[in-house]
Amino acid sequence: MNSELFTLPFNLGLYFILIYSVVRSTVWFRNLSRSDKLRLQRGFFGRPFMDSLREISMESLLHLKIFRKNPVLGYMHMSLAFGWFLLIVFGTIEADFFGEKHLNPPSHAIFFRWFNPDHGAEGFAGIYSFWMDLLLAFILSGLLLAIIKRFTPRLMGMKKTTKHTWTDRIALTSLWLIFPSRLLAESFTCGVHGSGSFLTGNLGNALASFLPAADIAPWFWWLYSLSLGTFFFLLPVSRYFHIPVELFLIFMRNSGISTGDRHSSYTEVQTHACSSCGVCISTCQMSYAAGIHDIQSAYFIKGLRNDRDIAGITANCLMCGRCEEVCPVGIELGPMRLIERRQGERSDRTLKLQEKYSLMRRRSTLERRPTQSYRYLVREEPEKADVLFFAGCMTHLTPSVIVAMKKIMDSAGVRYRFMDENGGVCCGRPLMLAGRDREARELINHNSDVIWKSGAQILVTSCPICYKVFRESYYLEARVMHHSEFINLLIEEGSLRLGYLHKKVVYHDPCELGRGSGIYEEPRAVISYVAELQSSEQERNMSLCCGGSLGNLTLSSGKRAMIAADAARTLTLGLPDELITACPLCKKTFVQATETKVSDIAELVAAALPAPRRENAKKRPARRHSRATSNG
Amino acid sequence: MKTTSAHIVVAGGGVAGMEAAGTLAEMGYRVTMIEKDDEPGGHLLQWHALFPDRRPADEVRNYLRKHIEQRNLSIITGTTVEKIRHHGSGVLVSLSGGTEEKADAVIVATGFDLFDARRKEEYGYGIYDNVITSAELEGMFNRGRVAKADGSVPARIGLIHCVGSRDEKVNNNHCSKVCCVTAVKQAIEIRKMLPSCEVFCFYMDMRMYGPYYEELYRESQEFHNVNFIRGKVSEASVNINNRLVIKVEDTLAGRPLKMELDIMVLMVGMEMAGAGMKLAESSGMKRGINRFLETADHHYGNNLSGIKGIFYAGTCTAPMNITDTISHARAAVAETVRYLNSR
Repeated sequence: MNSELFTLPFNLGLYFILIYSVVRSTVWFRNLSRSDKLRLQRGFFGRPFMDSLREISMESLLHLKIFRKNPVLGYMHMSLAFGWFLLIVFGTIEADFFGEKHLNPPSHAIFFRWFNPDHGAEGFAGIYSFWMDLLLAFILSGLLLAIIKRFTPRLMGMKKTTKHTWTDRIALTSLWLIFPSRLLAESFTCGVHGSGSFLTGNLGNALASFLPAADIAPWFWWLYSLSLGTFFFLLPVSRYFHIPVELFLIFMRNSGISTGDRHSSYTEVQTHACSSCGVCISTCQMSYAAGIHDIQSAYFIKGLRNDRDIAGITANCLMCGRCEEVCPVGIELGPMRLIERRQGERSDRTLKLQEKYSLMRRRSTLERRPTQSYRYLVREEPEKADVLFFAGCMTHLTPSVIVAMKKIMDSAGVRYRFMDENGGVCCGRPLMLAGRDREARELINHNSDVIWKSGAQILVTSCPICYKVFRESYYLEARVMHHSEFINLLIEEGSLRLGYLHKKVVYHDPCELGRGSGIYEEPRAVISYVAELQSSEQERNMSLCCGGSLGNLTLSSGKRAMIAADAARTLTLGLPDELITACPLCKKTFVQATETKVSDIAELVAAALPAPRRENAKKRPARRHSRATSNG
Repeated sequence: MKTTSAHIVVAGGGVAGMEAAGTLAEMGYRVTMIEKDDEPGGHLLQWHALFPDRRPADEVRNYLRKHIEQRNLSIITGTTVEKIRHHGSGVLVSLSGGTEEKADAVIVATGFDLFDARRKEEYGYGIYDNVITSAELEGMFNRGRVAKADGSVPARIGLIHCVGSRDEKVNNNHCSKVCCVTAVKQAIEIRKMLPSCEVFCFYMDMRMYGPYYEELYRESQEFHNVNFIRGKVSEASVNINNRLVIKVEDTLAGRPLKMELDIMVLMVGMEMAGAGMKLAESSGMKRGINRFLETADHHYGNNLSGIKGIFYAGTCTAPMNITDTISHARAAVAETVRYLNSR
């Protein structure tokens, strides 16, 4: 019974997936930009390669990130990935060491027991068989959890799990069949030959005691081979393609490649690296606070992968970035969505199966939208100033912030000019978030011109949205500071005399300032200087979105109110006297959502200023900001 | 069965509460009216003159005051109704002092709160001196002098309609109904008091739905030179001369507009009263999406709560003017009497 015909499905599947992977990675590599190619080449011979190996073993095999978040879920992934990996490694060693000859084809390692049915009865081989059985048991325990998760996600601490396409279903079934069929195939063979260890041996003996084991065994070896083969063939068109692609993604990322602002091989790789694990779904406030369950990043990526019409999904997102923080694969979900927004509408079509196998997706690019003209913008000659204050359109809707900033800067003797006091030009960010870059560029050029001509060394803005765009999309000589950073600088320099307010306050990190720009410490330093700062359940990089996001133009105000109320509730759990934020939009949104007083950080600081004494204010010389101090 | 021995509690002593309590007392019922302020009268106490004919508010106030001066009507002021619950065949009304009133029925007339203009921060109320509300302007009329915060005479006043009404951003989709015609009335009064002061009304729609409202609107343009600009004010700031600068889009001319003002008057809308919301919460009375009390049927059961022995009167169910409030209160009395007679 040494017929090898049953190994055919496995062999075909294996060689198919190997060749497919090589060709597809080559195509991806060829389509990279010149600089990204160079990054990858350099990465291959340097640190990034070693870093990637480490990251692959930590995340792709051991799944430590998921493990830390949800130990049961982590164990499930770990047992399947790491267990399977060990089974292959030790299976290969086993075949090499105990088999008839060295350097066997892979099928000899995978189906080792079929070719060596008497192996492992005693001695070292027995211990080795025990180890192999243990690995199989390890994987099977994970598989059991996977089955439980699929049918009752709640038991695994998941609020929602993703929906599957039919190829996903077949691939999933074949994946599930691989290990039980291996167990049964090995057990029947061991039952016939009286070999095997604690798992296959005992089960084999039990089965052979009442079944014609020798006749049944080949069927299960066929099933084992078929399920492996089917899995390999369906891999590129199912969600499980993420397993090989993630390795490629890790290496690309470690080599310094990032998403950028257009479709590329990297976005393609990220699209396929999503495992649809659904962690983003339970993190999304749109889901748990507003009851919208079909627009989360997992569905966005899936729509992208299957070339569906996802304009609605793409637009309906707060762009808060919380999903990106928890994504175990590290996909740049925000930039990916922005790219898709730039694309505009896509006609809905279901991909044919052969299109899913195609190596580089041709995206049907769409009618170009007309560019707006901003020729009516007035070019003005600005006055010279050390510090330029740009309130931003949103801050003009919260005049209390402007009043507070004026008080603070006057009190510190800052020589500033209020750039948009009589109405300015938008920073460009809302247009960028809507995917209209060329229009945004016109505004950016206009503002840059004004800022350059003013000769200012510091540009202070009160709006985190403006702040992010000034930092990232403008080329400025001036140092860009959010007002929380600037106030912190004034405090550190000793230019501001402040009292202490006997108040408990909680701080809300605005998305664009915190996750968007990484400013967490300065606002906290400022607040702690004048009041008692409480911590909150969800803060810093996991801070909630206030619900007022400019990033979503389709969300109804009712849903926004639900998100705002939920966020405000979480923030005020410690019953603070005031809820402090550093963004005019967050302030405006929270005011409608909570009874607690909502203030901007500038208002809090202005309240801590000593009562103005005119003589003193006049005596103090106007302070100049030299570049040395502003950079220090 | 004649039931004039029945006792009825009226929660709220504004226009609706006074009218309902007075009418019930006239019919011989024993009535207790609970008022949260020190004196009954509600928002009407602040008003100088009433639309559409600009008659003195005192005339209506005096009518209501006389209406409640009755032997079988007692008034408890400085007190709110905390909770209403069933007790035997009637109800037990818990008051804020900790006392309780036994009654056969309750008429809820908790009224409205004026929208807190601070919630529309872009208009600068509470930040800039010369931004006031329509109620504060009425106070100036009462004192007989319309002036800026520094005491000087204004040369241009702007009236901003729909502040806190028809505004999704403050969770108020409803129209408060009375602000348009109030603005027209106040605009005329300003023009009569200060003939050299320009007056601009910034509106979304002019909702002149009542008798003689349209005539008043016409009069304001024909005889008083009040200017109407269709467009919503987006933001306000203060310039170097300490004058307010507003930005608005003139949607009829189709262009943005900037204007300097000496005083900006915010026509604040009506919201469900906070005290009424608490009472609804504790007593299981349903509220609509607009937060006002939801009546059993908005066509033919507009005074019914759906709860035995509890009836609604006035603006706790929706914004309405004084005429409609008085009619609604009388209808609540009719429903209450029908209920008492059928027990």
